[in-house]
Amino acid sequence: MTNNNEPLLRLDHIGKEYYGNRVLSDISFEVNSGEIIGLVGENGAGKSTLLNILFGMPVINSTGGYEGGIFIDGKSVHFTSPNQALAAGIGMVHQEFSLVPGFTATENILLNREVLNGSLMSYVFSERVSTLDREAMQRRASTAINTLGVNISPDMIVSEMPVGYKQFIEIAREIDRKNTRLLFLDEPTAVLTETEAEILLTALKKLARSGIAIVFISHRLSEIKELCNRVLVLRDGKLITDAKTEELSIRQIASLMVGRENSRKNDEEPVDTSSEEPVVTEDLNETLNLDPKANKKKKKIKPALKVEHLWVDMPGETVRDATFEVMKGEIFGIGGLAGHGKLGIPNGIMGLYPAGGKVRLFGKRLTLNRPRVALNRKMAFVSEDRRGVGLLLDEPLDWNITFTAMQTQGRFLLGIPYIFQMRNEHAMAKEAKKFIDALSIKCTSSKQKAGELSGGNQQKVCLAKAFVLQPNILLICEPTRGIDIGAKTLVLDTLKQYNKENGTTIIITSSELEELRSVCNRVAIVDEGKIAGVLPASSPAEEFGMLMMGQKHINNEEGERTA
Amino acid sequence: MIRKLFDIIANNAVPAIFILISAFAIPLSGFSASYLIQELLTRIGRNSFLILSLLIPIMAGMGLNFGMVLGAMAGQIGLLLICDWGVVGIPGMVLACLIGTPIAIVLGIFCGHVLNRAKGREMVTSYILGFFINGVYQMVVLYLMGWVIPITNPNLLLSRGYGVRNAVSLMGIRGVLDNLVPTIITGTEGANQFLNINGAKSFLLLQIPCLEGSIRLPLGTFIVIALFCGFIVWFRKTKLGQDMRAIGQSQSVSDSAGIPVNRTRIIAIVISTVLACYGQIIYLQNMGTLNTYNSHDQAGMFSIAALLIGGASVSKANIMNVFVGVILFHLMFIVAPMAGKNLIGEAQIGEYFRVFVSYGIIALALVLHAWKRNREREAARRSLRGNKGGE
Repeated sequence: MTNNNEPLLRLDHIGKEYYGNRVLSDISFEVNSGEIIGLVGENGAGKSTLLNILFGMPVINSTGGYEGGIFIDGKSVHFTSPNQALAAGIGMVHQEFSLVPGFTATENILLNREVLNGSLMSYVFSERVSTLDREAMQRRASTAINTLGVNISPDMIVSEMPVGYKQFIEIAREIDRKNTRLLFLDEPTAVLTETEAEILLTALKKLARSGIAIVFISHRLSEIKELCNRVLVLRDGKLITDAKTEELSIRQIASLMVGRENSRKNDEEPVDTSSEEPVVTEDLNETLNLDPKANKKKKKIKPALKVEHLWVDMPGETVRDATFEVMKGEIFGIGGLAGHGKLGIPNGIMGLYPAGGKVRLFGKRLTLNRPRVALNRKMAFVSEDRRGVGLLLDEPLDWNITFTAMQTQGRFLLGIPYIFQMRNEHAMAKEAKKFIDALSIKCTSSKQKAGELSGGNQQKVCLAKAFVLQPNILLICEPTRGIDIGAKTLVLDTLKQYNKENGTTIIITSSELEELRSVCNRVAIVDEGKIAGVLPASSPAEEFGMLMMGQKHINNEEGERTA
Repeated sequence: MIRKLFDIIANNAVPAIFILISAFAIPLSGFSASYLIQELLTRIGRNSFLILSLLIPIMAGMGLNFGMVLGAMAGQIGLLLICDWGVVGIPGMVLACLIGTPIAIVLGIFCGHVLNRAKGREMVTSYILGFFINGVYQMVVLYLMGWVIPITNPNLLLSRGYGVRNAVSLMGIRGVLDNLVPTIITGTEGANQFLNINGAKSFLLLQIPCLEGSIRLPLGTFIVIALFCGFIVWFRKTKLGQDMRAIGQSQSVSDSAGIPVNRTRIIAIVISTVLACYGQIIYLQNMGTLNTYNSHDQAGMFSIAALLIGGASVSKANIMNVFVGVILFHLMFIVAPMAGKNLIGEAQIGEYFRVFVSYGIIALALVLHAWKRNREREAARRSLRGNKGGE
């Protein structure tokens, strides 16, 4: 049916710039029918931009389109809306479910493609007044579900399904589209249990044999290895590798993704080095209970914060089961891919989202879900949501800096507690001035409104606000997000210095692994809501990469399961 | 288990309370069964159509359509015009509907567009929109009628020459639908008695033994209501109905599936407004008088209260809820004044209940809805976590 010489999909030198910021350059690859291709890359490597281009998302056009060409069956195409992509036979299964919760499997699979009974009314008005042919719909849904090789009743209500089933329903919906020839799956196994993932992989293989090409995006490299014929590695907007899966070991893929120092070696010799792998397991066991050796100043090693089986219901950053210890006087990093729960950990400990599990602060149990309690126990928090949670944008700097201390510790107040109190403007201004000088916050005066400052300076105000509390433990989320490079170094140096001078335990959560490795003593990597491992900051980058890709989980749980 | 039991109680709390109140109040009021049934049948005929018009927006996830008063106003304008023109009987009602329909469609489209700009806040928006359109309606009726819009019947106009009187008699169409098929239900004894009084007039006579007195059944209205119920059942089965249900549950999913969300929502509101227009006309043909400046105000509030009392919620309602609601709500209104009088010698308590209960029930339903939504959201969050990490 298609021209045999031409691949199903060909990308030719695709590139994309957002406001002068290059996010993709020179991406070229081909997809043939029946092929399963793994697409891997860190956050920000350009995966989502690539998908947006392929699906003609409006965001691409509104920011100036893209470079290069897309060819389907050798014909050049340019999608300007997702519907055009669907019409051309490209299907997409999203990471978050797009199902109607109260509908049955059938109704969801055939959503807006219902089988209709013909009627006279439909000629007079529109097709929409025809009644649904429930039986035919059920037959079609069953066919789609059976193609996947799973056993789900077409009458089951989606909201009552286990998570894994929902994923199958999503895929069944794409299969039911008669012309679907190319299927993109974005992290389809992220929410599945191992057995469910297993069934899904089998189903996908079956689909591929029927001639549908599949592009499989996942951070679980073992799945990529098991399922895919070819693997594409994206890093910093470039296509680093396009190779047969057999030619690469999981370790090599991980290091290609993380790049940096180890990538060069592997790029040059893409030979089979699977013998290297078991080493990982041993490394981890050594490092898990590692002392903060690097921090020479502190001799006594007492856990400042002990977290056991923490769960946090933070939307988009769900923490499922986190257990770790932070030593006194340590700078502890929490890293991991976006959406895997690294931000949920500090937010949950501070009580900003519903949480459970055990958290001990200097040996004493901390009551969760009560921000006030956390603050009273001398913990300070710098939120990743600087403008939402972190600052009172319409209030002056001195208010912002002293606000939490005033509210929780009763400082900067005049008068008699509980009876009559007022702000001590003088003391507030003085304190603010101190920090404005110390952190060199660029502002007209301590009376300037926080909203008027630049991102970097706002972040410094947030830090000052935390420092005023004189905390024992400082939790900081994304300290350098959205601020320029100069300010970045300054913020990080300030943290280091504060740690050195006051011996304060600092926990930094950041998406930037390099930043964590440069500041922290140890770094924990969060993967799918769990701590995948804790490594000393000096460990090679690829070790961290392996943890992020969910590799060590598997190596730990079933030691022999390596590719 | 306890949670499930709690859910059942919470879901049916409102109807249960009403059944309980009525169970106490009925014997206290001392009304006879035939009187109560007569009153209830009249009120079911009078109000059901209005309440049924609320169902479709609920299906489309737009909550309780407080904007139905827009349709009621359109219907009243139709009625005022036929009164002036002197068209009576069934033709008069049909003409009123024909005049009201285009007005209701225009108002519905307007309302739909406004609500599409206020997604998630449809109820409060439509409520306030009702006040706004009320202002426009008053301008039309109070100033334009008799001045710009020709009104010739002096009985309709205020003495100053323009503007419509506060109370308009609808004698021309009073009860025409109710009595289209005159039907009497009597007991065995009552039948002869009834025939003696009314002579040889043609009546459809239904006999139920052991019933005292006679009951008039507004069969014509009931047939119209039954047709409407049939329409709703059919509508739920259509593609349009399916789309509305999908939108009601998740707009973003429907949108990504290619369903025209905004357009469908406008259609839902237009249908509701037009039906409310017909509902108001049916309501007023039963009442026989039109309170030019108040009738529509009460239509929305009481219809919504009745629907909620029937066990509906902001996001879920069916035909059963309509009839259970209209029976329970009005049963209480009928018996409460008398029960109050017999109990503490104060008939006002019934009127007090009427207002207190209507607003109270709406407030309760909104609170329950918010509470339920929060719990669902929490459960959804929890399900994301899976079973890992304890509770």
